[in-house]
Parts: sequence; C-alpha cells; structure tokens
Amino acid sequence: MINKIVASCAAAVADIKDGDTVMIGGFGEAGSPIELIHALIDHGASNLTVINNNTGSGRVGLAALIENGQVAKMICSYPRTANSLVFPELYRTGKIELELVPQGTLAERIRAGGAGIPAFYTKTSVGTPLAVGKELRNFDGDDYVMERGLKADFALLKAKQADRYGNLVFNKTARNFAPIMATAATRTLVQSNAIVELGDIDPEHVVTPGIFVNSIIEVAQPQQESTLVKAGVTYP
Amino acid sequence: MSSNLINKEPMSKATPAKQQTALSQEKNIGWSREQMAQRCAQDIEDSSYVNLGIGIPEKVAQYVPEGREVIYHTENGLLGMGNAPTEEELDPDLINAGKKPVTAIAGASYFHHGDSFAMIRGNHIDVCVLGAMQVSEKGDLANWSTGAADAIPAVGGAMDLVAGVKTIYIITQHTTKTGAAKILPECTFPLTGKGVVNRIYSDLCVIDVTKKGLVLTELAPNISFDYVQARTGVTLLNAIQ
Repeated sequence: MINKIVASCAAAVADIKDGDTVMIGGFGEAGSPIELIHALIDHGASNLTVINNNTGSGRVGLAALIENGQVAKMICSYPRTANSLVFPELYRTGKIELELVPQGTLAERIRAGGAGIPAFYTKTSVGTPLAVGKELRNFDGDDYVMERGLKADFALLKAKQADRYGNLVFNKTARNFAPIMATAATRTLVQSNAIVELGDIDPEHVVTPGIFVNSIIEVAQPQQESTLVKAGVTYP
Repeated sequence: MSSNLINKEPMSKATPAKQQTALSQEKNIGWSREQMAQRCAQDIEDSSYVNLGIGIPEKVAQYVPEGREVIYHTENGLLGMGNAPTEEELDPDLINAGKKPVTAIAGASYFHHGDSFAMIRGNHIDVCVLGAMQVSEKGDLANWSTGAADAIPAVGGAMDLVAGVKTIYIITQHTTKTGAAKILPECTFPLTGKGVVNRIYSDLCVIDVTKKGLVLTELAPNISFDYVQARTGVTLLNAIQ
C-alpha cells in the first residue's frame, strides 16, 4: 500500500543532514511552508544550502532558519524585501554566501534539474555581471549563456490539498516554485492544509502528480508569516 | 527622418555629470509620475499581454484607455491580475511580484514559476514596463544594482523580462535627484540587459530607441528640445519639427 502521510513535520524532516541542499517553496510568504521550516529549526541540521526566491521576513520561517545559523549559502533571485532583517546583516558581515540568480533562470534551473537536464542555454543575463565566467554560445545570431540544472536533497513545500499518493493542488499564487521544486528534490516533503481521499481530486485538476512527492503532513491551520511578523513573533 | 537631425553636433562626452548638476531641473514642470504612466498607457494596444514592473509602471494599468482589453501578467504565477482587493477579498496567497495583495479577474489563470517564465522567456508577453537607473544610447538598461560594494544585490525577474518580452517600455525621471543624466552613451551601473529598451517615457519627453540613435518623438507641455538635450548624456535626434 502506498501511504505518504506522515504524522508530524518533525518526523518528515528527521532525515535532513548537515550540508544538505534544501529547496523551500514560496514567493515571499505565499506558499512558504512555515511549519516544516520551524520543524527544521528544531531538528537543527546545519551548513545547509537553501534555494528560495527570497530570504524570508521578520524572525520567523526562512528568516529564522537563517538567523539560527543553519544556512551556509542561499541561492535566490531577490534576497532583500520589506521586513527582511536577518539576511542583509549576515551577508554584510560575510557570514552567509549568496548565489544570485535571475528569477526565470532560477525557475528553469530547477525545472531542468527535475527533468534530468544538466544544463541549458538562455538569453537572460547575457552582457551582465551575472553571465561572467559562464559559457556563451551563439544560436541563430543571438548570444546565450549556459546555466546548470539545480537539484536538491529535500524540498519543503506547502499545498492546499493532498491525497495519500501525494497528488497536490495549490492555492492561487502560493503555487509559485512548488511544482518544479517537487520534481527536483530527492525527497519532497509537503505540508498540506487538507488531506483528502483518493479520487477527491479530479485527475484533470492535479497540479503536481504524486510521483514527485514523498511525504505529506496535514497542517490544517498554517501560521501566516505576515501575521507573525506584524506581531513581532520570533522563532524558536 | 531628415538627415540634418542625424548630423547634429554630438555633445562632448565630458560634459554630462557636472553641467547637469548646474542644470538640475526646476520643480513642477514636465509630466508628473501619474502623467508619465498615463502617457505610456496610451501605447498599450488592445488585446496585449502586459507585465508591469514595481513602482510607477504599476500605475499604467489605471490609465489604459477604455475599450482596450489588456491582460496583466505577474511573474509569480498569475495571468489576469485585477485590482487591489477589498478587505474581504484579501488573501495572502494572492499577491503580485511586488508581494502586494491583488485580485484575479474572471478568466484568470494560475501557474507555476516554470510556466510563468516560459511566457516571459519564450516571447509570449507583448509589453513590459519597467523603471530605470540608466539607459544607454543603444538601449542597454541598468535597473537592478548601483554596483556599490555594500549593497545587497537583488535582481528578481528583471533580466528575464528584458531578455524575453517583445517590447520594453521604460518610465523614468529624466535625470537623477541631483540632476545627473540617466540617459547616457554607456551605462555605468551593472547592466540588466544589452540593447533591450524600445521606448523611454520620462517626465520631459518620449524617446524611441532606434538603430540611428535616440529619437525624441514628443515633449511634455512647455518643455523644449534644447531643455531635454541639455539634461541628456547623448545627442538626441529631434523628430518634432
């Protein structure tokens, strides 16, 4: 029998090791799997490389993971946002590494990684500092830069609905990076607002097929990052 | 275009920075931020798919002339972005690329980042409106970093948008706050993209980027060509005669 449902976020993240690469879904707070991130803080794995579009806000979720000293390197497109307090300070004092990637290149690198494509060419960043040191190639009269596919040991994601096979449905723009990250990680862990019966999700409406998902945890009432930040909450 | 426009005496390369500080613009002349957005909106055609950058470009949506149906794309996964939500409509899972709450129109669609940037990088979006720190004579754009050592670099989707969207419009103040030219022979800040800008809407004028150079096509009320030229780092071609 296939049953990917796991009892707790703590149990789901237990196998994450020091030095692992972890993709974390979300664009700002939309889609951020805050309970899974907090479980990773409790778990304590360190020297992580984290892939996310941003670096979190306030002192909860991704920002708290960074503040807790567990992240050696961030791969992201936009490391500063409103309420982004933790990353700028660590970056300026050289305590965290940053690999800055254009947002579409980041998405495509993840998509490629998940589809078994080790590298691809794109026009994005040609002629800019972000193309320096990368292979350039001309196709049909235009220059393109080579970018590598990205993979991860784990992906931490948030969904609206999941079934025990791991089929997923997301909520609005909280979908963002989750479906592609699910494909690119060796183990994909998903917190879902609801776990439904097989067949409750119309196969035509499945966004991420269960083959890309390893563990499902029900978090019926997830915390909202902006609400926690506004209230001045810190984690742990 | 008549040839005498092209043969105008080029400005000395040494002049821009210092002279323009002295020439810094008087207040309350030219177009306001709202008017720049309004002017740009006139050029958004019916049935286009449009991506608007954060800041003044966002305002363009308010001014697209009635009768034109335009679909707004936001790169975090929504085609058919609507207005700001009411208190009841507000959903933290429904935001735009600037992470502000938005709504979705009837006929909207959600998709993941891979598909969203396939729309951008695959040349499916018709128009993108962005801000600028600097624009060069050849249409190079710098709008993501001053290159300062202590700055936290952040690029977002800007490099993808300029590389993949069919038409790139820039809305920008013509000069910096200190009066230095932002339209230059070459950008001094790190580039977002090379040869990507099609048209500039400044507070003083509208400029087209062409193979022959920068062509001034329209002036804000009570602004002269010479006034604009004196605040521009490259020789402009005057298409208004």
